[in-house]
Amino acid sequence: METTMTEVQTEWKRLCALDEIPMLGSRVVTGTPHGDIAVFRTSDNDVFAIHDKCPHKGGPLSQGIVHGRSVTCPLHSWKVRLEDGNVEAPDVGCTRSFAAKVENGTVFLQL
Amino acid sequence: MRKLKLVMVGNGMAGVRTLEELLKIAPDMYEITVFGAEPHPNYNRILLSPVLAGEMTLQDIILNDHQWYADNNIELVLNNKIVKIDRKGRKVFAADGSEREYDRLLLATGSNPFILPVPGKDLPGVIAYRDVADTDEMIDAAAKHKHAVVVGAGLLGLEAANGLALRGMDVTVVHIGDWIMERQLDKPAADMLQKSLEKKGLKFLLPKFTAELIAGESGRVAAVKFKDGEQIPADLVVMAAGIRPNTTLAESAGIHCDRGISVNDTMQTYDPRIYAVGECANHRGIAYGLVAPLFEQAKVCANHLAMYGIGSYKGSVTSTKLKVTGIDVFSAGDFSGGEGTEDIVLNDPGAGVYKRVVLKNDKLVGAVMYGDTKDGAWYFQMLKDGQDVSEIRDHLLFGNSHLGDTGHKGNNLASSMPDSAEVCGCNGVCKGTIVKTIQEQGLFTLEDVRKHTKASSSCGSCTGLVEQILASTIGGAYQPADSHNKPVCGCTDRSHGEVRKAIRDNKLLSVQQAIDFLEWQTPNGCASCRPALNYYCISTWPHEATDDAQSRFINERAHANIQKDGTYSVVPRMWGGLTTPNELRAIADAAEKYKVPTVKVTGGQRIDLLGVKKEDLPLIWHDLGEAGMVSGHAYGKSIRTVKTCVGAEHCRFGTQLSMSLGVKLEKMLFGMYSPHKVKLAVSGCPRNCAEAGIKDVGIIGVDSGYEIHVAGNGGIKTDVAQFFTKAKTEEEVMEISGAFLQLYREEGYYLERTVHYVDRVGLDHVKKLVLDDAANRKALYERLLFALQDYEDPWKEHAQKPELRRAFEPLSV
Ligand SMILES: Cc1cc2nc3c(=O)[nH]c(=O)nc-3n(C[C@H](O)[C@H](O)[C@H](O)COP(=O)(O)OP(=O)(O)OC[C@H]3O[C@@H](n4cnc5c(N)ncnc54)[C@H](O)[C@@H]3O)c2cc1C
Ligand code: HEM
Ligand code: SF4
Ligand code: SF4
Ligand code: FES
Repeated sequence: METTMTEVQTEWKRLCALDEIPMLGSRVVTGTPHGDIAVFRTSDNDVFAIHDKCPHKGGPLSQGIVHGRSVTCPLHSWKVRLEDGNVEAPDVGCTRSFAAKVENGTVFLQL
Repeated sequence: MRKLKLVMVGNGMAGVRTLEELLKIAPDMYEITVFGAEPHPNYNRILLSPVLAGEMTLQDIILNDHQWYADNNIELVLNNKIVKIDRKGRKVFAADGSEREYDRLLLATGSNPFILPVPGKDLPGVIAYRDVADTDEMIDAAAKHKHAVVVGAGLLGLEAANGLALRGMDVTVVHIGDWIMERQLDKPAADMLQKSLEKKGLKFLLPKFTAELIAGESGRVAAVKFKDGEQIPADLVVMAAGIRPNTTLAESAGIHCDRGISVNDTMQTYDPRIYAVGECANHRGIAYGLVAPLFEQAKVCANHLAMYGIGSYKGSVTSTKLKVTGIDVFSAGDFSGGEGTEDIVLNDPGAGVYKRVVLKNDKLVGAVMYGDTKDGAWYFQMLKDGQDVSEIRDHLLFGNSHLGDTGHKGNNLASSMPDSAEVCGCNGVCKGTIVKTIQEQGLFTLEDVRKHTKASSSCGSCTGLVEQILASTIGGAYQPADSHNKPVCGCTDRSHGEVRKAIRDNKLLSVQQAIDFLEWQTPNGCASCRPALNYYCISTWPHEATDDAQSRFINERAHANIQKDGTYSVVPRMWGGLTTPNELRAIADAAEKYKVPTVKVTGGQRIDLLGVKKEDLPLIWHDLGEAGMVSGHAYGKSIRTVKTCVGAEHCRFGTQLSMSLGVKLEKMLFGMYSPHKVKLAVSGCPRNCAEAGIKDVGIIGVDSGYEIHVAGNGGIKTDVAQFFTKAKTEEEVMEISGAFLQLYREEGYYLERTVHYVDRVGLDHVKKLVLDDAANRKALYERLLFALQDYEDPWKEHAQKPELRRAFEPLSV
């Protein structure tokens, strides 16, 4: 197979079935080289993956309430955007985001 | 669809706020053009006083910079006055000859200062105090001249005088009234204020009638002459004798005006395509001169412009606060006295404190305070809410001391705190930071301050302090939200009461149904409204509504309390605080097996296992469940504990079996979700070892039966429960307590504790429905039992249902 170096590093990996993530909910992926990653499912069945660590004081974002394309951190209610991990104003900060996609009902993560 | 054209005349605070509200709800409906006579983008006019006093600069007080207009595709035409409206042709004409067509026109032309019609009023050196240009001129004059005279001792005049004095001028305030700020203060308060301003170096002449302004050799004003012949030197005269709505343009276009442009409850003028907001508008006979009402008008106007058809403006109650550093006065409502009113006064000139509240029909209608204004926001809230104060009348003047209870070293007077003092103990925010943020970010509401500084956003015990700081930083511009009708959150304009009613009337059975039916402005709400909606659905339609796990806060979803490091605590239920060797053994085993770092006895008479990892939760529940234990719901907006004393079972003083009644009550209420947490206690005699006096429902055994107390709270602010009734038998206690809690479940707003619920509706209302009406009590009690029947322990449910457990299991790639 023809693959360049960068493609090898950013390979798509199968995670789980879409149904295994509750709508407007999340699952945590452990044991990745990047620490714990939270994978969210929105009401229109998009999935997003961000580091499971709030830029404020490290709260577990996977445990927050998901609305629109944001999640509210359960510890002090910062709102983090799922698409890019940026925190909504007036707070500032950013958590790392990872590419995620759904194909035929299966969720893939690019690590 | 072609965009409609909206033209706004007057680039001031009310108009721009209307545009902001409009852009929030209908960002693409209009093509917007703004004409402003001043050369500046919208700035915070009320902060001209700190600019004059040298505490801030013009840059600091800009609210919307040029970029904001550009970002929102608004055409901004500055330094250009609209001089004519062609209503037939739907066009406006500007001073430079340019013109624009409109579909909707918004007039927000503000006010003109009232200039006394005396000889010399047009001399150089005679100015009003309204805008940046006036402020600059005053700053300039202060650098070159000595004597200033301010005509008018209202809010504006005193702030101008204070600023000029700080800039080194010798300032005299002349006033026609018998005392200063006579429209906002009564004489005793005004006298105290005058004394403290005199200490700051201001001089006062009153009552005094200005007759003439006299020019000096240079042609500039040099003196003020009064009717009584007296004359004083003046190199600068500031007219602050009142404002008049600026209706020139509207009148020239034949729009009906009467001391302001007349508008209806949707802020439309007699020409329905033309709206008016702000100081230029007259609504039901009142043209307001403070920003808080203007902001309410802006919201309604935007709503109507967006063709939403909800929202109408009913007028505002205003309050006043002078923004002079180090001086504390507050007034609100009508305190002129008069028929049917009563005064309660506290006057302590030695301590520099004066308070007066005016009551009418057991309701607060006015308040004036000097020296100690910490309860201003509280009075104002009761005044707006029309709350019956007869029950708290005897301590009304001593305040509600909801300030400074805990967390900020007993500090409760914001004005006496240094900038470095910590206001919010939870988030470590000090006073200076809050003041600076309010000024620089242009904040006006408590919500804004919470968002931007985090102060008062956690436990809320410093709310009163933050309100005071807000009030003294932006003066009467601060308007506490109407507690009964404030919107649930930013996703909607509807209040908790409206939402509850709609869910009941239309049988809405899920969060999403409610969001759709009530036209939420966000697709799935937010972390504030979703838990509320979920609670309203399931409490209104038990067994029918869908309980949406994703709309519950994590503690209720994970059936455990999240801790600051992301681990959880597990609290098994111990009915009535009783346990057995078998249960204790199971707890000890589980604590060892799952390496629980901390085991603690809680304030609710049970044992807390702290530091459990999320993935271990279902396992530890399973182990505890094997020993017969169930969830303690120590995490939920739900029944927490029923605390008991040992009672007549063992205690030599005991009159009633408190332990067994406690166990019965706790079993009855197992699985009860409520607007907020609910705690009960049962004591076996009036020695009250179970502390029943600070519980949502507290039962105290007496020889002849039981006393029931309700709406107590031992939290941030301790509220002693109120005596509700006496009961003879255990069954009566269960029925009355159950009915009371069901009423609270049906009428309470989400996150409202019983004490706040009872404060809002009044204990009489609760008594009527629970005590006086036996049939209704029975019905309430039955509805409670129906809602709770077949409730399944969440721990057991998770142990049995793998799909529920899944949420606790991590994935791997
Ligand atoms: C020094 C000072 C201190 C104050 N302090 C407080 C306070 O502590 N608390 C409080 O609540 N309120 C305070 N106020 C009052 C508050 O600022 C006003 O209520 C508020 O600004 C009114 O808003 P508005 O939009 O109606 O009018 P403005 O903000 O006055 O805006 C009207 C704008 O329209 C422009 N305009 C008028 N006619 C035309 C035209 N034909 N074409 C184009 N443009 C036109 C004007 O130049 C002006 O810029 C203070 C006011 C002043 C001057
Ligand atoms: C997220 C924040 C909070 C957490 C995690 C929390 C957790 C707890 C826990 C686990 C208990 C023991 C309860 C039990 O045994 O069932 C408890 C008790 C208590 N909490 Fe909180 N609490 C929180 C917020 C508050 C607030 C805001 C108040 C005040 C309004 C408060 C007042 C109390 C009181 C008075 C008790 C003692 C109850 C008693 O003695 O019966 N708590 N809290
Ligand atoms: S347990 Fe309660 S009182 Fe103690 S720190 Fe937490 S919230 Fe504050
Ligand atoms: S409240 Fe009365 S009955 Fe209960 S333990 Fe105390 S003294 Fe005994
Ligand atoms: S840790 Fe997320 S908001 Fe504080």
